[in-house]
Amino acid sequence: MTLVPVLVLAALLFSLGVYGLLARRNAVLVLLAIELMLNAVNINLIAFEAMIRDSLATGQVFAIFVITVAAAEVGIGLAIVLLIFRNRATANVDEFNLMKW
Amino acid sequence: MTNFLLAAAEEEVHEIVAGTGGFFGEYAWIMLVLPWIAVLGIIFFGKRMKYLGAEIAIAMLAFNTIWSTILFVLNITKGVVYEGAVVIAEIGSDLVFELGWVVDGLSIMMYFVVSFVGLVIFIYAVGYMEGDVRVTWFFAAFTIFAGSMLVLVGAPNLVQLIIGWEGVGLASYLLIGHYWEKKENSSAGMKAFYTNKVADVGLIIGAIMVGATLGTFRFSELSRAAVEHADDLALVAGMIGALLFFGAMGKSAQFPFHIWLPDAMAGPTPVSALMHAATMVTAGVYLMARTFPLYQNLAEDIRPWMVAIGAITLFAMGLLALVANDIKKVLAYSTVSQLGYMMTAVAAGGYTAGVFHLFTHAFFKALLFLGAGSVIHAVHSNNMSDMGGLRKVMPRTYWTFLIGSLALAGILPFAGFWSKDEILVTLGHEGYTAVMWIAIAGAFVTAFYMTRAVTLTFWGTYKGHGHPHESKPIMTVPLITLAVPAAIIGLLNIPGVEFGNTGNFTTWLGMREVVMGDHHASAPDWGMAAIGLGAAVLGILAGLALYARDRATQQERDEFEIPVLYPLLRRKYYMDDAALGLVWLIKAPFANAINWINDYIIDGMVNTVGFVTSGLAHLVYGGLDQRGIDLGFNAMAYGSGGSGERLRRLQTGQLQQYASVFVGAAVMFVIGFVLFR
Repeated sequence: MTLVPVLVLAALLFSLGVYGLLARRNAVLVLLAIELMLNAVNINLIAFEAMIRDSLATGQVFAIFVITVAAAEVGIGLAIVLLIFRNRATANVDEFNLMKW
Repeated sequence: MTNFLLAAAEEEVHEIVAGTGGFFGEYAWIMLVLPWIAVLGIIFFGKRMKYLGAEIAIAMLAFNTIWSTILFVLNITKGVVYEGAVVIAEIGSDLVFELGWVVDGLSIMMYFVVSFVGLVIFIYAVGYMEGDVRVTWFFAAFTIFAGSMLVLVGAPNLVQLIIGWEGVGLASYLLIGHYWEKKENSSAGMKAFYTNKVADVGLIIGAIMVGATLGTFRFSELSRAAVEHADDLALVAGMIGALLFFGAMGKSAQFPFHIWLPDAMAGPTPVSALMHAATMVTAGVYLMARTFPLYQNLAEDIRPWMVAIGAITLFAMGLLALVANDIKKVLAYSTVSQLGYMMTAVAAGGYTAGVFHLFTHAFFKALLFLGAGSVIHAVHSNNMSDMGGLRKVMPRTYWTFLIGSLALAGILPFAGFWSKDEILVTLGHEGYTAVMWIAIAGAFVTAFYMTRAVTLTFWGTYKGHGHPHESKPIMTVPLITLAVPAAIIGLLNIPGVEFGNTGNFTTWLGMREVVMGDHHASAPDWGMAAIGLGAAVLGILAGLALYARDRATQQERDEFEIPVLYPLLRRKYYMDDAALGLVWLIKAPFANAINWINDYIIDGMVNTVGFVTSGLAHLVYGGLDQRGIDLGFNAMAYGSGGSGERLRRLQTGQLQQYASVFVGAAVMFVIGFVLFR
């Protein structure tokens, strides 16, 4: 099995995520894009681990870490989005100006 | 002090008089230290307790009462003389400052009086002060009052006595001005403090002279030197005696220093009771009794003067009680008068007579004040013109007040009779016949004004407002507790009557390291007793004749009955005016001169210095500080402010702008990595 197609897949997935992160206006979709990027990273980790055949399975362990962090992050992110939506009746990222000076 | 005494109790105590102290004598210092621990406890924990700290003070006094009762009994059965001290510091080369405790007949009697009467008054105060704004503070100051007195009566030397003496003065100032929201109350406190301070100068100079002459401040050494007629002491004994007496005149309110005492009635009634019975005014008499050998053996020249001052006090101040409308002022003048008796007796050579009168007076005067407080609590007025007819609504107060009045008037079985009789006998024996007759006339006056007080307060019809009712048990039980000794305690010292083989009060009081050599009769002098009793009965009859009828207002009646003296007495012999005038007379020229010096000389110097300093400061400020140092700081501040103003525009709050920057930076980083690796 060659490494290159897998890396290409991961790169495509990551680019898709970057596009979604920068271009989408809906906050939920922005979060989904972040998940895409994280999963692209996961694919890379697993692929390299499979190639090296590390006896400690470091790549898989890190992938599990990333999944855990991603779950937590998406939980917090959705909660924030939900609260902002309740207060402002919108999930449009452009209208969030809470972090402005 | 606690640490010193605790350490001392272990090893460092040197026994000045190693006598038959026993455990209770050797550890009697606990009674002197405990009040101060109680004060700290009240201040720090009082507010959280149920009775706001009173329970700490009461527990402390209960402990002291038990301890002093044990000492009292020990003194009766086998005699206790002990004196210990700890060196605190050395003054110069040959003087030492010691703190210690004396246990002998005189101080045991005082420990007992202060603790027992204090305990009863403190319990009463819990009821009387209920709902007051500063109960915890009151009890802290009250405990300082009792504690200072214990330090005073336990003092083995003049220095410790002065410490206690000033502590009593301070506490009295705090307590008289307890209701300081009213100007005249705090003024009364200051009047007491200043009057005492003037007299204290005499005490302090006297103490310094004792130290300079004898090389020690100890009473025991002073007494011994006096008894042995030491030459160096004999030279200055008259002056020392006069100075110490001057100090005692202030505390014991002798003419003309009596002016502070009636105004001291501004404090709460329990304070008056404690001040008049056990703690403050007895200090002067106690000092005279403590230094009695000095007067008995060396300072004999000044004794007639002391007797004269006591005689003036006992008679003239008694008369003032005739016209007072405030029931507490009647009792206050009565106290001054009774202090005159004590002072006269001690000065005339009647150590036992004077101190015995102090002892009995403490019980019945505390009782009278507490009774007056109970009445005041019920009718909400100090004036007897607002009272009357309280006999029926306040039976317990009435009966106990009556017992106290009879004891004060000197009616046969009650306490005051025995002690007053002893004073009269002593005066007669020592050859002061004229003074003896003045004292008998004073007994008449005493009976007269007490009859007036009882009739105006408790008889006739009620003239005040509202419906008075009997006080709560926490106030009446102390009254009853004090009524018992007020009635019977005089029996302790019937001349010739001894209790088993231990003698009577005279013997117990004579338990001192130095033989006293005062006169005391071996058998009752029934002739003198009859004269004294006759004067008292006459006084009561006269009082009943004038006041028992409900007729006109009280002031009209007083003016009618005492026509010539009345204006003089109303103005208190113009003594207050004279004191103020004297102060003004001394003050005015001095004040003017000092004012001139102040305005023209001192102010001139101060102004010059100030002007120069201010000019220099302006130079430094304007030139160096403002233009030099500040410039650098200002530049830095402007720089950071300006850059911040520009930088903050980057912070738009738009998430996707931030993300674009991240991504852009990451891309550029990757490109750079690929190209330049």
